[in-house]
Formats: sequence, C-alpha cells, structure tokens
Amino acid sequence: MGARDTLGKHIDPALMVVDGPSISPLKQGKSVSIATIGPWRLIAGKLIRQKVAMAAGAVILFLYLVGLFAEFLAPALPSTSKPQYTYAPPQGISLFVTQPDGSTEFNPHVKGYKIEIEKVALRRTFVVDDSKVVPIGFFVKGPAYELWGLIPMDRHLIGPLNPNDPMYLLGTDRLGRDVFSRLIYGTRVSMSIGLVGVAVSLVLGVVFGSISGFYGGWVDTVIQRIIEVISAMPTIPLWLGLAAAIPLTWSPVSVYFVITIIVSLLGWTSLAREVRGRFLALRSEDFVTAARLDGSSEARLIFRHILPSLTSHILAVVTLAVPTMIVAETSLSFLGIGLKPPVVSWGVLLQDAQNIRTVATAPWLLIWPSLAVIVAVLSFNFFGDGLRDAADPYDN
Amino acid sequence: MLGYIFKRVLYMIPTLFGMSLISFLIIQLPPGDYLTSMIATMSDSGQAVDPAEIERLKEIYGFDDPFYIQYLKWIWGILSRGDFGRSFEWNQPVADLIWARMGSTLVISLLSLLFVWVVALPIGIYSAVRRHTVGDHIFTFFGFIGLAVPNFILALILMYVAYKYLGQSVGGLNSPEFAEAPWSLAKVGDFLAHLWIPIIIIGASGTAALIRILRANLTDELHKPYVITARAKGLPEYKVILKYPVRIALNPFVSAIGWVLPHLVSGVTITAIVLNLPTAGPLLFRALVSQDMYLAGSFILLLSALTLVGMLLSDLLLALLDPRIRFN
Amino acid sequence: MNDLPDDVVLSVENLSVDFRLRTHILHAVEKVSFQLKRGQTLCLVGESGSGKSVTARSLLQIIDRPGRIVGGRILLKNGDAITDIATLSPDSNAMRAIRGRRIGLIFQEPMSSLSPVHTIGSQIVEAIRLHTNLDKKAARERMIDLLRQVEIPNPDKMADRYTFEFSGGMRQRAMIAMALAGDPDILIADEPTTALDVTTQAEILDLIKRLQVGRGMAMLLITHDMGLVAEVADEVAVMRFGRIVEHGTVDAIYHAAGHPYTRQLLASTVKLTRQANVGKPAVMLSAEAPSPVLSVRNLGKTFGYAGNNTLRAVDDANFDLYPGENLGIVGESGSGKTTLGRLILRIVEPTAGTVFYRNKNGSEIEVTRLGKKGLRDFHREVRLVFQDPFASLNPRMTVKEVIGDPLIVNGLAKGKELEDRVAELMRLVGLDPMGMERYPHAFSGGQRQRIGIARALALEPRIIIADEATSALDVSIRSQILDLLLDIRRRLNLSFIFISHDISVVRYFCDRVAVMHRGRIVELGEAKQICTAPREAYTKSLISAVPNPDPRDKRMMHRQRFVAPINS
Repeated sequence: MGARDTLGKHIDPALMVVDGPSISPLKQGKSVSIATIGPWRLIAGKLIRQKVAMAAGAVILFLYLVGLFAEFLAPALPSTSKPQYTYAPPQGISLFVTQPDGSTEFNPHVKGYKIEIEKVALRRTFVVDDSKVVPIGFFVKGPAYELWGLIPMDRHLIGPLNPNDPMYLLGTDRLGRDVFSRLIYGTRVSMSIGLVGVAVSLVLGVVFGSISGFYGGWVDTVIQRIIEVISAMPTIPLWLGLAAAIPLTWSPVSVYFVITIIVSLLGWTSLAREVRGRFLALRSEDFVTAARLDGSSEARLIFRHILPSLTSHILAVVTLAVPTMIVAETSLSFLGIGLKPPVVSWGVLLQDAQNIRTVATAPWLLIWPSLAVIVAVLSFNFFGDGLRDAADPYDN
Repeated sequence: MLGYIFKRVLYMIPTLFGMSLISFLIIQLPPGDYLTSMIATMSDSGQAVDPAEIERLKEIYGFDDPFYIQYLKWIWGILSRGDFGRSFEWNQPVADLIWARMGSTLVISLLSLLFVWVVALPIGIYSAVRRHTVGDHIFTFFGFIGLAVPNFILALILMYVAYKYLGQSVGGLNSPEFAEAPWSLAKVGDFLAHLWIPIIIIGASGTAALIRILRANLTDELHKPYVITARAKGLPEYKVILKYPVRIALNPFVSAIGWVLPHLVSGVTITAIVLNLPTAGPLLFRALVSQDMYLAGSFILLLSALTLVGMLLSDLLLALLDPRIRFN
Repeated sequence: MNDLPDDVVLSVENLSVDFRLRTHILHAVEKVSFQLKRGQTLCLVGESGSGKSVTARSLLQIIDRPGRIVGGRILLKNGDAITDIATLSPDSNAMRAIRGRRIGLIFQEPMSSLSPVHTIGSQIVEAIRLHTNLDKKAARERMIDLLRQVEIPNPDKMADRYTFEFSGGMRQRAMIAMALAGDPDILIADEPTTALDVTTQAEILDLIKRLQVGRGMAMLLITHDMGLVAEVADEVAVMRFGRIVEHGTVDAIYHAAGHPYTRQLLASTVKLTRQANVGKPAVMLSAEAPSPVLSVRNLGKTFGYAGNNTLRAVDDANFDLYPGENLGIVGESGSGKTTLGRLILRIVEPTAGTVFYRNKNGSEIEVTRLGKKGLRDFHREVRLVFQDPFASLNPRMTVKEVIGDPLIVNGLAKGKELEDRVAELMRLVGLDPMGMERYPHAFSGGQRQRIGIARALALEPRIIIADEATSALDVSIRSQILDLLLDIRRRLNLSFIFISHDISVVRYFCDRVAVMHRGRIVELGEAKQICTAPREAYTKSLISAVPNPDPRDKRMMHRQRFVAPINS
C-alpha cells in the first residue's frame, strides 16, 4: 500500500531502518536521528511546528504575567474614582509634541479633556482636547500599593508624570474609574478563576474517573449516571441556581471561592469521562498486558505505563476546559450573581455595559472587557487544540 | 425498533430522577424556607397573616419534615396533579406561570437547532472536502470566533451595533405595538423580524462546534475503503461523497443534539436575559434573584427535562438513520 | 506504439507514481510496465511497501492524495481505438465510464469496503444502473442474478440485508458481484483474500477464478502470498520498492527465477511447506516418557450469562506440553485459540477446568488455583509473545526500559548489570545492543517483534506462549523470526505453545499440533501426521485449502470441503 506498512500506520520513511522505495528530499534539513528522542521532546517538536498554537500559548503566558503583576502594570488603583472624569473617552498616546514655533520634540504624552455640552440632551460629556498635553513616562511614581499584598511600592510601569493629571488609555466608567487599570486587575481575577476552577475540576475528574475505571461494576455505573445527569442539564440555569444561593453577606473572597467551586463542579464531568475512557482504552492495550505479565504491580502499571501516555491528553483536555470556566465566571458576574464589586473581574466590568444606552455613549465599557474575554478564550482553544494534536507523538 | 424505544424511555427515568433531585436541592439551598420569607414579607407590608393558611401550606409542603419527605411531597405534587408549588413573589401557583414561558423557550431552541443544522451541514461538508483551501480556512477562523464569543457578549455587541447603526433597539420578540395584540399575519411577520437576532446569537457557538465535528468525522470517512469502492463503480464524485461518507458522518451530527441541546437551552436562558425575551430565562433569573425557589427549581427541572426529551429524539433519529444501531 | 497485440486489453508502460509529502517525494511506483491479456491472470506479487496496491489503483485513477501519476502510459483497448488512462482527468466522464464498466475492482477489507448503512442489494443495483439503462425492477433482477452467480444462498432475501449481517466471506462475494455489475472485461483483485480464513480464501479464489475464465476477463491479482500466486497465476510480476524486479510466466518464475529477490521470496515461502530440520529435543528422545511441564484439563470459557446468549469460546480443552516441545494450536478466526492461550496465563479467567504446571523443582502447581503472588511467579516462568509488534511495546519507553522492565520489577538486576543483561538479550535475538537507547518507533515490524521476544526471554522462562507472533510480518521476515525462535529453543531448552491461523507456520515450527474449531480441539497429533494425513474431516478441509507454492502442483483447487454440522 505505497507509503503504508502492514499495519496501516504511516511510517515516516526517514525512520525506516530497512531500505524502501526511493525518496527525493524536498528540503535540505538537518538530519537529526529521531530514534533516541523521548516522547516529551517529540510532543514539544510537534507543538512548535503549529504556529497558531504557539502564538496562542504566548498570549496566554502574557495574560498570566499581566495578572501576576497587575498592581505594577496598572497606572491607577482599580477603585479610585474621579467624579470629575465620568465616561471620559480613551486617549491615544503620542510621542512628539509640536512646539508653537513649529519644531517637534520628543515628549511622550496623552491629550487632556475638555467638557462639551451636548446641545440636544444638554448633557455634559468629555472630549479629548488636543491642546492639552499630559506628559507620561515609564516607571513613574503613582498611587501606593502592595505588590501581591506584601511589598509596598509606588512605581508603575506607565503613568502620567503628575499623578493628578488624567491618563485614561481605555477611558473611564460611570464613576470616573480608569478602565485600563480595572481591566488589568480583572485579568488577575478572571484568569485565575479559570486556572483554579480547572485544578478543582481536574482533581474531581481524576478522582471520580479513576474510581470509576478502577472499581468498575456498580460504582462505575452510578458515577457514570451522575455524570450523565449533570452533563444533560443545561449549564447556565444550573450555574444560576447554585450561584443565587450564595448569601449576599459573604465576603468577596468567600464568594470568589464558592464561584470557583460551582464552576468546577459542573465542569469536572467531561474530564472524568475523558480520563475514564482513555484509562480503559489504555488498560486493554497489549503493552499494558505485557507489563502486567512482567510482574508489575497495579500501582506500577498505572504510574509507569498508563499515566505517562495519559498526561499529554489530560493536559490538552484541561487546557480546553479553562475557557468554559472563564466564560462561566464572566456570565455569572455579568448577571450580578457571581463576583460582586469591589472585586474586579471581566464579568464585573461587563456589568457596566448592561444598559444599551450607556454602551452607546461609552462603547469602551463593552469593547475592552469583551475583547479580553474573547482573546483569552480563543487563545486557550487554539493552544488546547494544538496540544491535543501533538498529544500523541506516535500518531502521524 | 419498538423494543429499542421502550428501552430508551425506560433508561430516561433514573436520569430524570437525578435531575429532579438536583433541582430540589437548588430549591432547598438558600438559607431559610419559603414560608418564613413569606411571613416576613407579609408582616412587613402590614398584611394579616392567616395562621390557618400557614398551617395548610406547612402541611402541603412539609416544611417540618426531613429533606426526603419534602422531596417526595414535591415530586408527588408534580406527578399527580401537575403542582409545582407556589411562587412566593407572584403569589400564584408555579404551574400557571411557567407553561407559556416554556413554550416560547421550546420554539426558540428548536428554531436555533434548525439554524445550526442548516448552516453547519453544507459548511462542514465543504470544509472537509476542500480541506486546507482558502474557503476552509475562512470558515475555520469564523468557527473559532463563534466558539470563543460567549452568548451574552455576542448579544451585547449585536444590540450595540443595531442601536448605533440601525437606530433600533433590539429586544423582546415583538414590537411594542404588537405586544398585546392577538396573533395575526402582521404580528407573525414582526415576530420573525425580531427572531433572527436571538437565533444567530444562540446558534453561533453550536454551529461552530458542529462544523468542526462534521469536518473531523467526514475527513476520517473520506479515506475509508467503501468510498474507494463507490468511486471504483464509476459514480460521479459529488454522489460518491453525498451518498456514502456524508451519510455516515451524519451519525455524530445527529447524536450531537444530545449535547448541543443543553447548550442551546443554556444559550436561550442567558441571551433571553440580555435581550429581555419572554422565555424562561428572565423569569428564572428574577426568581433566583428574589429567591422565589419553587419557581426557579421548576424552571430548572423543566429545562433539563426538555434537553432530555431532545436527547431521546436524537437517539431515535439515529436508530432510524443507522441500521447498525437499529438491529442491535 | 499505438498498436497492441490482439489479446492485450490493457498495457501499462513505464508508469510512475509519486507521493509528495511534507519533507520529501516518495517514489512509490517507478517505471512499471506490464500487459493484461484477455482470459489471463497476471499476479503482481510483493511485500508491504512494494507499491503493488498503488499500481492497481492508478489504473482506475483512484490513488489517495497526495499520490499522483507522474509518468508513463496506461493504454486501454477501446474497440479499435486506444485510450491512455494516464492522460484522463480523475473526475472526467471518460474516466468514470471506465471505472466499473471496463475495469472492476475487488479489494482487501471485506469489513469496510462496503457501506454499512446501505443494503447489499442497493449498492449493487446502483452499480448496475450506472452502466446500463435498466429500470429499477430489471436492475434488481440482474442484481439477484449476480448474487446467485457468486453463490450467495437465498439471493432475493440476502439482497435486503446489511453488511454487518454478512460473514467476511459473504461480504467478499457481494463485493465480487458488485465488481461484475458493469460486466467489465478487466478485473483487479487487490489482496482479495488476505483478511479471510484459509478455507474461505480457497472458496473465494476458486469463485473468482471460475468467473474470470467463464467471462474471459483479464485479471490483475495483487497479493503477497507466493502460494496463492502458484495456484491462480498465468503470469507473474514481482515488485519490490516500487519497481518490477522480475516478470515471467508462472512456471518460469517458480522453477527458473532469475532475480535474487524472487529467489529469496520463494525460498522463504517454500521453506514453510516443510517441517524445520532441527530434530527433536533431547528430552523427548529419551526412552522414559518425561512428565509434561504443562497439562490442561477440561479447560473452558463461556462468555455471557447463562441463557441463550452464551458463547463457548473454549470448550473442554485437554492437552499436555512436554519439556522442550513446540506445540502448535491452529484454527481459523473465532475458533477460540487466542482465548485458550490467555486462559492458560489467566489473563482471561477460565470458567471450567484446570491447568497444571510443573515448576523447576519438579513439583506440580495448580495454576487455576493460584493467588496473586503465586500467579506472579508463574508468569515469570511462562511468558507471552504478542501478535502486534506495534501495540505490544510501550511507545514511551526505550528498548532498554522495555526489555529491562521485567528484570526491574522482579528485582533481578539494576544499573550496569541491567544494561549488560539487556545487551546480552538483544544480541540473543539478533539486535545490535547499540540501539538500546532508542524508542520502538525507530524499529521495523520484525525488529520490534525481536524486542518483544527479548522481553519474554528476560526472566529465563521455561515456556513461551506465542500468540500469532509472526502474523503481522512479511513472509521473509516471518521465516527469520521462526528460525530465531527455533534457535532460542535449542539454546535455552524452552517449550513453546505456538498459536497461529497459518498452517504453514505451524507445520514448520511445531512438533505436535492441536487443531481447534468452534472452541473445541478437534484433532491433536504429530505435526507431520496432521499436515499430511489428517484424520478428522475438518482438519482435512483445512489442510487441503492451504495454497501450495508450486504451479505444477495446484492442490488448493482440489481441496476437500467440510460442512460444519449445524448447532455443534
């Protein structure tokens, strides 16, 4: 069958020890012998070849770094409101200032605001005033904060040289709070909920999945039926039902954890299913039977022979589960029954965009948090897909 | 085939039982029971609290009983007389409130499913047959976007675009002038004009998911020997593909209803809240916020039952489509 | 040269097919030429990867992407005119008119080459109506007539069945009926019987041959089996690595082969028609009857719960295995031979009977009663070699880890000692110990099987159960592995239980043979006696269905038939 061998699996001709049909190389490449390359390096090699997945991975890394250093990256504190700048539109950054004499000089800045009265509605709105220059700089002194609640600092990556000047790169909200800074703080909360939620899901999924796969029989049946029930119920009504039961009096931190648990409670089913399915498939593989006949104990079978083949797949499924968690948090918070202010998450930010008239006057309230959610979800999907394709290094 | 249907229906019962248990759990979850809050509200508004009425309610719902007795009374009420309990906010039997809302939920879910199929089928086939062409890449890209944008964000964006550029506020299923009018041709037209936005919003991610599934399955099927057999007979290429691999790749497409439907019902719920559609969503949400738990729990139970019936139908359809299942 | 000899219907001239892959171009077929003559059979024979299937498919322009015809001509006689198929577009009407109508195709997988969701009849009717003007009713009559020609019983009923209701042989018959639907004058059969049992193979080949002769078709038969070639071919072309290395009449190829590859191929096939010339092991020649190392008594396995739906996979099996003996267990698919092997090792728990094992100290152990610990000790002395050399090696472990694993888990060696032991085992099975750090994917099928054998030998076993250990291998590799096992037996004084569907392999390798049919051992005896003078009717039919690689002695066509009693 041409390029196929007896068992129908593609064999990369470069790997064949026996000689075969003649070959003309298309690319002059370094001929590394892949005979001694281990599985993880093969997976990495396969993953690196997927440019989109790699780019998505870089975006994910970037988002987590933003979340990690939120205090330093944000020019302002998330809750500082300046009523004198409500619904101020975003400013652009310019690098040069044109002097009155016509010469230009390097002076990074944003433009200030002026107030205009809308003639029809008689409403006060802010517009960017090209004549006002607000000089900005890197590593400027700004509002004091404690990095990770530990290290007191007051330097910010970027900000106005004069802390009292307005710099709102993505505009402000109803209370005159800086959307850019809030978005950065929101990244920390939303992205971490994704990660924590998936960790809880994974633990639940692996525990129930392995119990199900290990004991089999009626235990397996019961767990499978529970999974079936949960996955057949529409998720959003269920999330709503569970989240609505959180007492209003609870602290933001407790709410954060309960929301994480709710989100993961409903997300573990697919993981458990995946783990169980793969586990059962691997358990009947010839090489596992061979290891059993070699005298391997049950534990050695699982940890030495089954799990290594499973981990890359689990990793891919876990990556693909993160976006569900992020969307769940965002949806609940958006509806007002998830995280609540003063906690800042992407969903909490989107609460401000509930009213269509508000969005019409201040579209940045909708655009930036939405974009953050979409970019995060897309990146996890692309990266997870790439990981899944690379997860089995021996399947061409 | 009859035996298969019977077995499948029988199999639904424990699942339904599990769903009802979870729904009842949600009813019981908020601290304090419904009666206490009712008495509190009535006293607050200066209404007289009739001790006999309270005794009667206590008796019916068994608030003093242990959890399982309360559950049994609740489920017995539903099964024997269609009594889902009372809505404390509306002061009406839950049953009177939910059916109209469930009807519109069903209509929108089914229309969305239809939309998903009609769009996903041709695109999925095209993408699989013309893999790695420009068209395939464009569809794949939009597919990913469709998967990535949560329903409510898509709803907000469409609302914003319609408001800003079309100058109309999209929401509801009827314009104000038709809201109270009896059904007429004009009202149906108005209804359809309102319908497309929610259907696109709800169907977007499901469509994207189904395109990906169909593309993957069909790609596998395209290289199966039976396709070569069909080709070797001398069949024209389009017939080879439509009659054989597509027919078999339809299987996962049909069984996908099983998980697309809960997904759609979910989508209807949150989209309806944003767009204020007269479906179960907004009422469920309101009930949850005001902790009107019998109403909320009943909605959750019924929405779950709806998806379960959908799954049953998809299984039966699958059996009809594939003799291998039918004969097993 | 636009003129073909009178009897030639198709002439392939310098055909080349390339597969353009990511990093290189694979020249799957290079400058292949042959002619198909009316009423004659040309066999294209070669091992896997020789390009024989690609060649066949290029005649119909149905090569899988990214394969492409890059040179040569495929001239098809079309009345007085001649069409060059290689110049036709794969999607053109002209090409489609040739497929099915002029050239019919039968191919390997009877499981998957028919659509599972359409009835057999409708798939054949479709082919009939494509190439004739018959209406539905007439087409159906024609279809039923075709099913009758391919000897499907109750054709009018069977036509409305689905493929999964057919056995493998029946499906292949339906496939043949479909290939004949357009009344083609050329038939391509691509490994038509490879997936079938030997008795079914004989019947299907018999049928194809009769239909071909009766209809005067030209046939191109593609196969890897030299025995089969001898039975049916008029002419033979031997392919290797995309090229035809030798071409001639069947008699010339078998009795005066010129090319070394042809001779090698023939030698490894002919070698397996006799018992290996190794003499009996010393133990068995000693005067006193030795006590068996393994005894199986009334062993049985019933799947499913009591009732009508039970399957007796193994039923009342009895045999003894003596020290140093090779016992073959032979049977067709579903005969229970694999289950029997697994029952002995208790990978599958028996539902009836006992297995006794005499260990090194001479004490007898009842295997079927062993606990976990005892079973582990038993597994050290009785080892299994698997069929699939790909699935049986953990792809994530190096060869050293694979072979060394049993040594580690049994605490027998570690560190430098382990490395030395693995190297020694690799040399024993004919592998270069330099490859110790490599992963299995770097090895060919035959080499992987050697790794699997080394793993089995690591614990110095006394018995090896080899379950179809050579079935996935090409014939030349197959005989190498068998010789390796014989050599190992001689050196290490092992006993083998050799499970196979392939009578030639068992005949070559085994001292005694047990023949299984429907879960029962129907005959047990000396290999020579079973293969030359079988007593039971079933064994007779089985042995006589084996193709004989000598065109001057076509035995398969004069085989004995066996009709299994219903409800056995």
